[in-house]
Amino acid sequence: MDNIAGKKSGLSWAVHISVVILVALWVFPTLGLLVSSFRTADQIASSGWWASLFPTEQTVQLRTAAPETQLREGTLFVIEGNLFDEEGIERAPISAWGTSARDVSAFAPGDTADMGDDGRLTLSEDGTYRLEGDVEFEGRRGERVFITKTTPPEFTLQNYRNVLGPDNREGMLKAFFNTLTVTIPATIIPILVAAFAAYALAWMDFPGRALLIAAVVGLLVVPLQLALIPLLKFHNEIGIGKGYLGVWMAHTGFGLPLAIYLLRNYMVGLPRDIIENAKVDGATDFQIFVKIILPLSFPALASFAIFQFLWTWNDLLVALVFLIDATGETTVMTKQIVELLGTRGGNWEILATSAFVSIAVPLIVFFAMQRYLVRGLLAGSVK
Amino acid sequence: MHPALQGLLTIFIGVGGCIGYFYFSNQFLDKVLFPARGPNAGRNINRANMIRPWLFLAPALIALGLYLAYPVVETLRLSLTDRSQGGGFVGGANYAQMFSEPKFWEALRNNMVWLIVVPAASTAFGLLAAQLTDRIKWGNIAKSLIFMPMAISFVGAAVIWKLVYDTRPAGEEQIGILNAILVFFGNEPQTFLTIPFWNNIFLMIVLVWIQTGFAMVILSAALRGIPEETIEAAIVDGANPLQIFFKIKVPQIMGTIVVVWTTITIVVLKVFDIVFAMTNGQWETQVLANYMYDKLFRANDWGVGSASAMIIMLLVTPILVWNVHNARKEMR
Repeated sequence: MDNIAGKKSGLSWAVHISVVILVALWVFPTLGLLVSSFRTADQIASSGWWASLFPTEQTVQLRTAAPETQLREGTLFVIEGNLFDEEGIERAPISAWGTSARDVSAFAPGDTADMGDDGRLTLSEDGTYRLEGDVEFEGRRGERVFITKTTPPEFTLQNYRNVLGPDNREGMLKAFFNTLTVTIPATIIPILVAAFAAYALAWMDFPGRALLIAAVVGLLVVPLQLALIPLLKFHNEIGIGKGYLGVWMAHTGFGLPLAIYLLRNYMVGLPRDIIENAKVDGATDFQIFVKIILPLSFPALASFAIFQFLWTWNDLLVALVFLIDATGETTVMTKQIVELLGTRGGNWEILATSAFVSIAVPLIVFFAMQRYLVRGLLAGSVK
Repeated sequence: MHPALQGLLTIFIGVGGCIGYFYFSNQFLDKVLFPARGPNAGRNINRANMIRPWLFLAPALIALGLYLAYPVVETLRLSLTDRSQGGGFVGGANYAQMFSEPKFWEALRNNMVWLIVVPAASTAFGLLAAQLTDRIKWGNIAKSLIFMPMAISFVGAAVIWKLVYDTRPAGEEQIGILNAILVFFGNEPQTFLTIPFWNNIFLMIVLVWIQTGFAMVILSAALRGIPEETIEAAIVDGANPLQIFFKIKVPQIMGTIVVVWTTITIVVLKVFDIVFAMTNGQWETQVLANYMYDKLFRANDWGVGSASAMIIMLLVTPILVWNVHNARKEMR
C-alpha cells in the first residue's frame, strides 16, 4: 500500500537490512548459548562461540617416528608414516608446515624441506611424510615438525549426557521432572475453574456482574509480591506448608484473573443465536456450557493454556516461596540454574547446557502453538 | 508417594472435583432445592436461575478472594504491625525504618529508571519491528524470531545475557561477544555488570529483549487495522514515508501504544528474576521486588517486607484504576 502509485520504494533494501540487523540482535544471544552447550569446556574457554562455527587454524608441534623405525632403501635411510598417527590425534588437512619454531609455516604441503644433516622431509596435506637421510638417523626421538592444520567446527553431545545423566551432581533431571510436576496441574485446573466463571460473566444475567468483571480486570495487575507472606502464613496454618499442593493452588489463584478475562472476552463474542436456540429447546445452562460453549471456546482455552504453561514453567519466585523446602528435594529447574550461576558461574558448559534443557520445552511449545499465543495476546491486552 | 503420581492424582481430583462440583450443585439446585414442578414451578425456576450464576462463579471467586484480594488487605495489615511475626500494631514504624535505609532509596531510584527505559525502549523497538516486518515477504519469520524470547524464562535469559556480558582479564581471549567487540576495536575489556548505574542499563536490556516481541505483536495487529484510505490520502497529498508513519499511523494506534506501555510497566514493577539471577542487587542494581524478597526471606523482616510490597502496590494502582475505568467504559 506504500507503493500505490506504482512507484517501488527505493528504501526497500534499507528495510531488509534493518530487519536482518534486528533479527540478528534478537537471535544471537540465544544462539550463543545454544552453540556453547555443544562445545567442550576447553573450547568455550579458549575461543568465543562465534569462532566455533568456522574452521579454525591451529598450529601444533608433532614428531616423526623415532629413528629406530628407520628402513634402509639402497643408500638411503628412510622413515615413513603419518604425523597424526604418531601422536594419535585426529587427522586434519595441513595448510602449512615448518621444521623450526621460528618459522612454523615455511613450507606448503607437498614441499620438501632440506635440513642438511638431518635429512630431507617431504610432507603431504594428509600428514603422510617421508624423511630421507644419507646417513643413519640417530637419537631417541623423531624429528620435530610444526604443522598448521585446519580444524572443522567440532561439537559434542557430552554436555547433555553429563547434565541429564543419572550421576550428575546438579540434579537437573530431577528438577526437570519436578518442573513438569508443578506445571501440568497448575495449567489444567485453572482452565476449568475459569471457564465456568467466564461463562457466568459472559452469558448469565445477575446483579453485580459488571462490578465483578471490573474486579477481575483490577486483579489482573495486582503484583503477586503482595500475596507471598499472607499466603505462606495461610498455607502453614492449614497445614500444607511448602510443597506441590501449595504451589499448584498458588499458580491456580494467580492465573485465574487472566484466564477469566481471556475466556470471558472470547465467549461474549460467540453468536447469541446458538445459545438462545439451545435455551428455547430446553437446554439448561450447564448443558449449554458443556456441549456448546466449551467446544467453541477451544482457541481461547488453548491460548490461556499456553500462557499458563509458559508462566509456570518459567517461574522462579512462586516456586521459591511456596515449593522449595530446606531438603531441596522439590527443586525446579529455574532454581537449579540460579544456584549454578552462583556456584559454577565459570563452568559455561554446564550452565549453558542446563539453561538450554530448561529453555527447550517452552521454545518447542512456542513454535508449535505460536498462532494461539498471538491470538491470546491480542485478546488479553486490556483495550 | 511419588510427586508425579501425586501430580496425576491432583489433576484427577482437581478436574474431577470441578466437574463434579458443577454437575452436582446444578442437579441439587434443579431437582432438590427448587424443583421445576409442583405448584411453585415458575417461581422455582426463577429462583434457581438467580442462584445459578453464583454456583458457576463460586470456585473462582473463592480462589480470587483468597489468593489475590485477601493478601492485599493482609499485607497492608502486616506492614503496620511489628516485624516479628504476629506482632502488635506499630503504625508507620516499618515505613519509617524502610525510608531510612539507603538500599530502599537505591531500589526505588533504580525502579524509576527501569520504569522509564524498559517500556519506552520495548515499545519503540516493537513499533519499529512491526512497521518494518509488515512490509517484507519474510516478515513473519522475522517476527517469530523477535517474538521468541517471550518463551524464555527470565532465569534462562539471565544466563544467555551473562554469556554476552562475560569478561575475561585483558590479554586473554574474550568469550563474551560484547567484550570481544570492544577488544577488537582496541578498547579495554569491561566488567559490564559491576559498573554502577550502567549495569542497571545492562540488566534492563535483558527485559527489553524479552518484551519487544510482545510490543511488536500487538502493535503489528494495530498497524494492520488502520484504514487504508487514510494512508492513501496522505500519499496522494505527497507525504513521505516518515510523515505517513509519524503523522498518520502513530496517532491512530495511540490507544494501543498506551496499552502496550502500561502492560510492560506492570511487568517492570514486578521484575525480580533477572536481578536476582544476574547481580542479586549488588553493585547498586537493587530493585523493589528483589529488595522485598531480601527483607522477607533473608532478613526475615515481615514488617518492612510488607511495607515494600505496599510500595509496589502503590505504584501499580494508577494503572489498575485506569484499566478498570477503561474496561467499564467499554462495557457500557
